[in-house]
Amino acid sequence: MYRIVSKRLLNPTVAQMEIDAPLVARKAQAGQFVILRVNENGERIPLTIAGTDKKEGTVKIIFQIIGATTKHLSEKNEGDYILNFVGPLGNPTEIEGLKKVCVIGGGVGCAIALPVVQALRDNGAEITSIIGFRNKELLILEEEFRAASDVVRVMTDDGSYGEKGTVTQPLKELLDSGERFDMIFAIGPIIMMKFVSLTAKPYGVPLTVSMNPIMIDGTGMCGGCRLTLHRDGKRLMKFACVDGPDFNGYEVDFDESMSRGIMYFEFEHHAYDKACNLIRKAEGAN
Amino acid sequence: MAIVPKKHPLPTQAPEIRAHNFREVAAVYPEIIAVTEAERCLGCKNRPCVAGCPVNIAIPDFIKKITESDYEGAYEIITQSSSLPAVCGRVCPQETQCESKCTLGIKYEPVAIGRLERFVADRHNERSQMLPRPIKPNGHVVAVVGAGPSGLTCAGDLAKKGYKVTIFEALHAAGGVLIYGIPEFRLPKSIVEKEVQTLKALGVEIQTDIVIGKTLTIDELFEYGYEAIFIGSGAGLPNFMNIPGEAYKGVYSANEFLTRSNLMKAYRGETETPIMKGGKVAVVGGGNVAMDAARTALRLGAEHVYIIYRRSMEEIPARREEVEHAQEEGIDFRILCNPTEILGYKNPDDPRDPRNGFVTGIRCIRMELGEPDEKGRRRPVPVEGSEFTLDVDTVIMAIGTSPNPLIKNTTKGLSVNSRGGIIVNEAGLTSRDDVYAGGDAVTGAATVISAMGAGKLAAKSIDAMIMNKDSKNE
Repeated sequence: MYRIVSKRLLNPTVAQMEIDAPLVARKAQAGQFVILRVNENGERIPLTIAGTDKKEGTVKIIFQIIGATTKHLSEKNEGDYILNFVGPLGNPTEIEGLKKVCVIGGGVGCAIALPVVQALRDNGAEITSIIGFRNKELLILEEEFRAASDVVRVMTDDGSYGEKGTVTQPLKELLDSGERFDMIFAIGPIIMMKFVSLTAKPYGVPLTVSMNPIMIDGTGMCGGCRLTLHRDGKRLMKFACVDGPDFNGYEVDFDESMSRGIMYFEFEHHAYDKACNLIRKAEGAN
Repeated sequence: MAIVPKKHPLPTQAPEIRAHNFREVAAVYPEIIAVTEAERCLGCKNRPCVAGCPVNIAIPDFIKKITESDYEGAYEIITQSSSLPAVCGRVCPQETQCESKCTLGIKYEPVAIGRLERFVADRHNERSQMLPRPIKPNGHVVAVVGAGPSGLTCAGDLAKKGYKVTIFEALHAAGGVLIYGIPEFRLPKSIVEKEVQTLKALGVEIQTDIVIGKTLTIDELFEYGYEAIFIGSGAGLPNFMNIPGEAYKGVYSANEFLTRSNLMKAYRGETETPIMKGGKVAVVGGGNVAMDAARTALRLGAEHVYIIYRRSMEEIPARREEVEHAQEEGIDFRILCNPTEILGYKNPDDPRDPRNGFVTGIRCIRMELGEPDEKGRRRPVPVEGSEFTLDVDTVIMAIGTSPNPLIKNTTKGLSVNSRGGIIVNEAGLTSRDDVYAGGDAVTGAATVISAMGAGKLAAKSIDAMIMNKDSKNE
């Protein structure tokens, strides 16, 4: 059992929690993830680590309330416990030797991009962060990005905050104006990572993306997290849990990953509605 | 007394009934049948059955106890050699081990050793609420990686000698393949839980949610003061065929399909872990795991289930009994066939059609058996122009696994073979001092009982190593 040390809503659908998990906190590095299970009949889901407090032994997670598991998790409060919390899994993001970097975060993906930015800053890199959201209401972590980056560009789809447009616009501007990055990191919805890949490719700047597919064990047993890389005309099957979650953004088959990601779309909707009904019932009883 | 030529059959659920439920296929022998079956044992002097058992259970001795109606006595004899009798009585391939050596089997059917073992274990579990008492500690501590068959066996044997043993398990429950892989209808989970409770009563501590190689490393375990480590981390990454279409929705590895159903209990329908069920299902492979996957799919409501296997029924590696059960339940065996492509739905007019990317069929080619390979098995060769398509909604790949890289990658000086299996000597010792290994992590996918045998061997070697150090220190 793992205690929730703190909880706070970052926007109406995104919550942040700190979980008491000293063994995970001790080892966790930017880019790694945990697998958690909220209760006995719950699913095991992967969540990327959003930060750690090594002294307190806590691990920060930030999640969007989209399915049954995240709904149940969001109903838990400070002092409550979650059943299982395993990690740190996957390989840390490679930041060694990077001097000038562009980090792109989309939506809740910004929660995963932030520790990468912080790790890069601690390593002395010069960082341009581009963070994008649908609208002002969904904006998260702006202050934190500003504190850790040299330049921050905030984008909203509807222009309700920052600049109007998608994250690829400032990226293209920067690349066109002759900015040369050692690496671009893109972390967010698969569709965003796909378009970052298409935008950046002509400029020959290396690109790393962070994949977050469906998985069960997270240790290389189930194979559910497999994805395809296209390398030298060949298709390579990789497992996000042990080979990733970071991959070369010019090799990943995004369309395939997008399709696999919605495999249980109907089931999830059903489970989410059921979870909401249960919670409503419980609240009615109180 | 005249010899009864055949084994007494087990009372079994009718195939048309059991194909729709997850209850155990076969019931245990009633007492009177068990005694009569036990009386078939000739009690021969050279005891070939014992040599056929990977953990050398004193088989004729426990069978004799059954004829004397001393079932607890029989249980004690079995548990001297086996930590998991109720499990082995169900899932061991007795027909190629103990029973294959039975003297009676030369002329008749061998004694039903497995069924008798299960009778003794089930009777004990049903009647005795007594758990073993903790053993007097000998002051030594050992770590075990993985709570599967080899780890549980190794921990049990060491605990009985007074060692303080901690098992580190990556998943949220103990049992390894016994709980994530083997389905309820073949091995009820309550039996595994009971065996785990017995170990805990012996003083074994089980820490779940800890991935060795990630949360902690082998070297850190030594820093914590463990004097020896046994690695029983099991098999790893599932193999795929590397054919087009394996990324379509509805293609599973057997590991994933069975884990969703068993460990995550999707078979009960009340949990939040999804699984594709119903429709037509093709399982690729001919081992026990393929049989488990096919029969699980059937019980989850599939209207038709194929097994696609590239060799003939002669070569099929699954246990005879499992193949027979599957056939009785209506699994459609397409032998001498090999998949060449998995087909998926694509609406040319609508890229947002929710059916896009789901499996619609599997393309196969017929095979014939050619020259024997280096193992003497006849090599399957494709028959040109014989391709055909089966319409299916789900494809399950049950074609083995390759060892997990996590421990190898984080343990300096740990040697592995070309396939990634950890290399051990005849004592179960790896290339690292005081680190032992066994089970699928060493051999690749194999049986529960061979993993238990490896756990047993390692426990003996660990005890000898630590006692030897002790005597030198005195």
